[in-house]
Amino acid sequence: MVDTAALVGTVSELLADYAHCIDSDDLERWPDFFTEQAHYRITTMFNHDQGLPVGIIDARNRNMMKDRVAALRKANIFEPQRYRHIVSAVRITGQSGGLVQAEASFIVVRTMIDGSQDLFLSGRYLDSIDLSGDRPQFVDKLVVLDSDKIDTLLAIPL
Amino acid sequence: MTDMGDIWVDEGLTQVPYAVYDDEEIYARERARLFQGPTWNFLGLECEVPDAGDFKTTFLGDIPVVLVRGKDGKVRGFENRCAHRGALLCLERFGNAKAFTCVYHAWSYDYDGNLVGVAFQNGVKGEGGMPDSFKREEHGLRRVKIAVLAGLVFGSFDSTVPPLEDYLGPDIVARIHRVLPRPPKVLGYYTQTMRNNWKLYAENVRDPYHASILHLFFTTFRVNRLSQKGGIIVSENGGHHVSYSKLEPNAANGADDSDYDAAKLRADSEFGLKEPGLMGGRDEFDDGITLQILSVFPNLVLQQVRNSLVVRQIVPRGVDRADIVWTNYGFEDDDEELADLRLMQANFIGPAGYISMEDGAVGNFIQRALPGTKDETSVVLMGGDEAASMASRATETSIRGFWKIYRDLMDI
Repeated sequence: MVDTAALVGTVSELLADYAHCIDSDDLERWPDFFTEQAHYRITTMFNHDQGLPVGIIDARNRNMMKDRVAALRKANIFEPQRYRHIVSAVRITGQSGGLVQAEASFIVVRTMIDGSQDLFLSGRYLDSIDLSGDRPQFVDKLVVLDSDKIDTLLAIPL
Repeated sequence: MTDMGDIWVDEGLTQVPYAVYDDEEIYARERARLFQGPTWNFLGLECEVPDAGDFKTTFLGDIPVVLVRGKDGKVRGFENRCAHRGALLCLERFGNAKAFTCVYHAWSYDYDGNLVGVAFQNGVKGEGGMPDSFKREEHGLRRVKIAVLAGLVFGSFDSTVPPLEDYLGPDIVARIHRVLPRPPKVLGYYTQTMRNNWKLYAENVRDPYHASILHLFFTTFRVNRLSQKGGIIVSENGGHHVSYSKLEPNAANGADDSDYDAAKLRADSEFGLKEPGLMGGRDEFDDGITLQILSVFPNLVLQQVRNSLVVRQIVPRGVDRADIVWTNYGFEDDDEELADLRLMQANFIGPAGYISMEDGAVGNFIQRALPGTKDETSVVLMGGDEAASMASRATETSIRGFWKIYRDLMDI
């Protein structure tokens, strides 16, 4: 049994690095936070509670995450924008073997190139994290949005 | 209503005045003449209210309405507004109710919208209460006429609306059945808020011209080009359309891509997918059609992108805002592989969709450029000046169809 406070520290640090990667537009590094077969999905609280399976983004492995980044860089059209993640309230919800399950709250402020800012989305990360390697990596990351309304588009991952 | 006779500069369909996208009077007139006029508005799926008393709240235009399944198994609809003081009656998205009781003064209604209970109707201790002349049967909820086709529930506030199948026409009816051959099963919802007038989205879905130009994901992989086999069907009244195409790799069918090369589109920066599984798919309707976008005037879009099936409902939210409610569906008998394909290919669509995210922004690009457009019009000439079915998808014929029914109903 690993000390919970130490685990909260490890997970908090991982989430801080993860948020920093996205918020600093270092998206090419984003897939590295996941194991090769990791599943990343964005859904809504309504769908999650009702057991409805469809995702807003549904990446079944790290290659699909790399494809997502490549598409954002080369194919998809959207106005320049940046996120600011505020991640907090990390809770350890389970652990077994080298995996730890954790939950955290987030809000994302989106800033457009003209300076306009909005509270874009809030929600929870439901994570399963592999702690057995040289660095912690997500095996599963489910992003559950509080609202099911998305303003305009969701290009950059959360 | 002021005279709007001079807003259109000509009698045709190829010059759309920009004023239609940000004018409060026009918005009010649309609410009266289109949404509450002789049109059928998509309100939901029958499977969303499976049992007696099951209800769903939604919008007809921007007017809140409730769908409810009656004891006789039929779906009915009424305005979501208490007949007493006008408060919203139902606050939940979905639920089951024995009766609909207003939280404000507990007036209650049955599944038909009849007023069945008025709190303290006879007063308290013989004092107060409603006058004897008050008749409950005169204070029911405003009813929505309902028609169901292939599991899609449509509603109209206008009792003179033609029968649904006549309104749609046989081509559209057939194409609806094509993607709804059996009762659908909901796979999930999300809503995309567009910061633009609802008509800019209604036009966008009727615009095959932009598809391979704005949405570069497919174009880059050479799987959806205007040179593909397909076509456009426009309904007789102009309001509804189908755009469809068949996936035939250009190398295989010998399609000539020289027009693409000449246009020097950005799409020629080739890159490969690391996970090609996304590009799979099954010919589940046995006709080779991999993409079908169908619209029903004024507010429905029915979409097949390979095995991703979606019903989109357009909800106007004022002159410069609209919500698009995306309901992903499959079927009860989907095998595991097909069920999984639908979820995988949902990556193509929605607010984060590889081939649809741009639609969330492009209407706003027009909306933001409206300030300088007084007396200006857009150019809708691709494919000529008519609103008829065409084999080519390098056309704006279905946009012209939209304006044809729009002008007819709006009388402008």
